[in-house]
Amino acid sequence: MKLLLPVTLVVVTAALMVIGLTATGQAGGTVGIAAGSAMYGLTPKASTPEQALTNLLVDVRRHNWDLAFSTVSNLTASDEQSFIQDWTGSNGDLRSFSNLESFVLRPLHITNDEAQMRVHLDWTTPVGPIEDVRDFHLRREGDTWKTVWPKFQIANLPAQVIPVTYLRWDLVSGGAEDGWGSKNVDAPHVRIISMNAVEFSGGAVVMGEVVNEDTIPAFVNVNATLLDGSGNAIDDESSFDKIAHVLLPKQVTPYRIDFPTVALKDIKSVHMDVKATLVPASADPVIGVMNQKIDTDFQGRSVLTGDLLNESGQTVNVPHVIASFYDNNGKVVWVADGYVERALLPQTPAPFTVEIPRSLAAKVQNFHVTVNQYSLGRS
Amino acid sequence: MRRLLICVAVCLVQACSAQSTDISAPASVVAGDEATLSTTGSGRASFYLLGPGISRKSDVALGQAIQLHAQDLRNAGAYLAILCSDTCHRATFYVNAAKPTSLTFVVHPSRVPVKLNDAVSGVAFPFDQFHNLALRPVTVDFQLTEGNASLFSRAVRAQDGIAWFRTTSGKSAGALQVVAAIDDLSVRRVVQQVASDPCNLRIKGQRTAAGILVETEPVHDCSGNPVSDGTMVTFTATDASGKSTVDAPIKQGVARAQMTASTAAVISVASGVVMGNELRVGARP
Repeated sequence: MKLLLPVTLVVVTAALMVIGLTATGQAGGTVGIAAGSAMYGLTPKASTPEQALTNLLVDVRRHNWDLAFSTVSNLTASDEQSFIQDWTGSNGDLRSFSNLESFVLRPLHITNDEAQMRVHLDWTTPVGPIEDVRDFHLRREGDTWKTVWPKFQIANLPAQVIPVTYLRWDLVSGGAEDGWGSKNVDAPHVRIISMNAVEFSGGAVVMGEVVNEDTIPAFVNVNATLLDGSGNAIDDESSFDKIAHVLLPKQVTPYRIDFPTVALKDIKSVHMDVKATLVPASADPVIGVMNQKIDTDFQGRSVLTGDLLNESGQTVNVPHVIASFYDNNGKVVWVADGYVERALLPQTPAPFTVEIPRSLAAKVQNFHVTVNQYSLGRS
Repeated sequence: MRRLLICVAVCLVQACSAQSTDISAPASVVAGDEATLSTTGSGRASFYLLGPGISRKSDVALGQAIQLHAQDLRNAGAYLAILCSDTCHRATFYVNAAKPTSLTFVVHPSRVPVKLNDAVSGVAFPFDQFHNLALRPVTVDFQLTEGNASLFSRAVRAQDGIAWFRTTSGKSAGALQVVAAIDDLSVRRVVQQVASDPCNLRIKGQRTAAGILVETEPVHDCSGNPVSDGTMVTFTATDASGKSTVDAPIKQGVARAQMTASTAAVISVASGVVMGNELRVGARP
């Protein structure tokens, strides 16, 4: 009798551990990151397409590459490196700093031997959460399902020399001993050339464009202060990353400032403030935006698509696309941005997509795309 | 009777002494110079000197001059001298700035586009060796030279210690030398004159294996100055596959970009608010 309670506790604990290690979560047709076993070697058998894809994604999330690769049907051992690179990124791109947080999958079409699945992948990245949607094709091999992996094409640029005329601005500050009246360099002249405030998702959005009218580069930040009918400040915010902060001479950037908790009807006026600072900068790299067009994606959303082409000889680690959309009067009606998860290799196009809100898509008559970039070890 | 005589005598002595004690100061003093205050009366008194940056007390002998040292009078402004024996007497005097020995010269802006009206301004403040603003009218000569050519020359009489000018920027990009001078004292500043907006922006292009290579002719402003390197030029190509844009900086006077259009395309160019010509390029053969 004295041993009954401890023995019972041990048995129950062991039973719960076994259940916890082997059971998988199933929620109708969708499977989240909770799916899969909690212990290596106890992966559930891929007897269904959902389970096969879940196993793959769980192993990817754990960076358990050998196991993940074993669930793929069509690749040989020599492809494992490119398979891994497809998930982990390369060249210091945004994917290199990202982690797969969770996923939700949905079957699109399933037969006895073939299946098409759509997966919403949620990534955590240094620039915030990014949602990626990918379609996977699965095939039944014997009594298990395997994912047919699209071969990841690693850009293979031929060896070449790309001449670059070095152009850069450096900054020499005045010494501390300089007296009053001695010369210093004026801050760059920048100007807000348009501003528009709209209601969006119950909040307010202030957007527009800024131009650097000077002959030197400028680090620009736009701030907006919302005022009520009495002239009191309701809220103030800066453009944060919805702007290209470093503007070269005569360059234009869109900006967007979100106020998700302030209704537009409560705002009487907006006080805009643009701050410009002289910064060292480089005129390279030059990034072209090719084949821009507004299209409808496979989810039925209006999107601006195109290809980024790095025309210089340096790799751009994290490209950032900011687009301003205009109505037929040339007024900025929306500003949207998006990060490209792959690095921009020299002379190699990379696709981008920027979503346009459904409510504004019909108004958009024209657009302008600005490419911001972050490169490791360069300013 | 005897008591009455004593009272009258005391009153006379007091009256005489009150009338004889006084202090007088020169009308004006130059900063850094010594000055003398004269006193009347007899006996000892306390002397107080109050002024900008100074406050001191000393014992003096009435009837003798009070010497104010140069270091007491370095700061320009109003001074108050007080002499107290039985009663207090006061005198005020003003210390003026000495001869200007330095010139503070503020010129704005540090960069200016060429041929811009009232774009360059300068303000000169003469100071003496003790950093007092020289309020006496002095003539400041302003000289603006562009290369070897004189752009502007004017002698301005300073008012209340300030002389200023405003003028139009020159025609040529480069350094604008701005000099303010008082006699043999001069201060130089440099304003960088930069090219204005591009003028007659024109592009040319040709098909290459990779697409279309398009470049501007050398970009100048309307005065013929080369537009600053780094200025953004936007190339826009419109073809069947959509719109392609490249923001390319001017390098060595020319901006160039590679467009990927393979079909017939119309290419336009703009820089800031200035539009250039359109170029029509046929499809790849």
